[in-house]
Amino acid sequence: MNILEADSDRLLAAVRAVLEQKGIVSTPEIHARIASTDAASPGQGARMVAKAWVDPDYRELLLEDGTRAAEALGIRMRGMPPLGVLENTPEVHNLVVCTLCSCYPRAVLGYPPFWYKSAAYRARAIRDPRELLASEWKTVIPESVKLRVVDSTADYRWMVLPQRPDGTEGWDEEKLAGIVRAGDMIGVTVPMV
Amino acid sequence: MFAPGEMVRVKDAWPEATGPVHIRTPYYVCGVTGEVVRHLGDFSNPEDLAFARPAEKRPLYHVRFRKGAIWPEAKPDDELLIEIFEHWLERP
Repeated sequence: MNILEADSDRLLAAVRAVLEQKGIVSTPEIHARIASTDAASPGQGARMVAKAWVDPDYRELLLEDGTRAAEALGIRMRGMPPLGVLENTPEVHNLVVCTLCSCYPRAVLGYPPFWYKSAAYRARAIRDPRELLASEWKTVIPESVKLRVVDSTADYRWMVLPQRPDGTEGWDEEKLAGIVRAGDMIGVTVPMV
Repeated sequence: MFAPGEMVRVKDAWPEATGPVHIRTPYYVCGVTGEVVRHLGDFSNPEDLAFARPAEKRPLYHVRFRKGAIWPEAKPDDELLIEIFEHWLERP
């Protein structure tokens, strides 16, 4: 049999049966992983960002150990790559790219947008990130701010903690989480009110 | 092991010339000198792991490079932060 020509559903069923027989992965484990993958969305990361904006202890934990910070909010991280979080400040703006493939903090942001995997985004993000952000997202990084491009090349996944925008004084976590978008958490955009 | 703040150069190595490997060091940074930011942990060497060979755990570092060290036309003080395995780093 040529596996490249095999019916894909039958092939999948056969591979799963072998994995189960060998004790490598069970059906309940596969279902649990499908459920956590489907549950992951930018809303999860947004909850983490909002909490970090109102709770200094949580912010410290988030920057120290993103995986533990995600778990503290009930986000399932078991079996996921370690999560690192980099903070935007008045001095530094972080932009996340994976030039080698498409590494993305899926556990907390869900599926990456289609352009994240494109050769164009990956090449422009490292070569000319200021022009990329300005022309594609109207995100203008002031000359006085250092632009740090984070090339996600190995075992970590990286998320950006954006700056809390002016005009959100007194907002609660839920309202704050509502303005944080996926792009804000990889640095192509910044949260706006 | 390298300490935070230490200067390191990425080896200009071509292991793919001698056999199948899965390289996680971007080509554009080979031969470039940067600064160790921190040790991120020890992870299985992807060059062996991807080919189902026994893969030793190797130290992984976050290394910072000045943008100007790679692309002269870039804003020189902008930077790149990249995860690089220890066996790709040498003292300049």
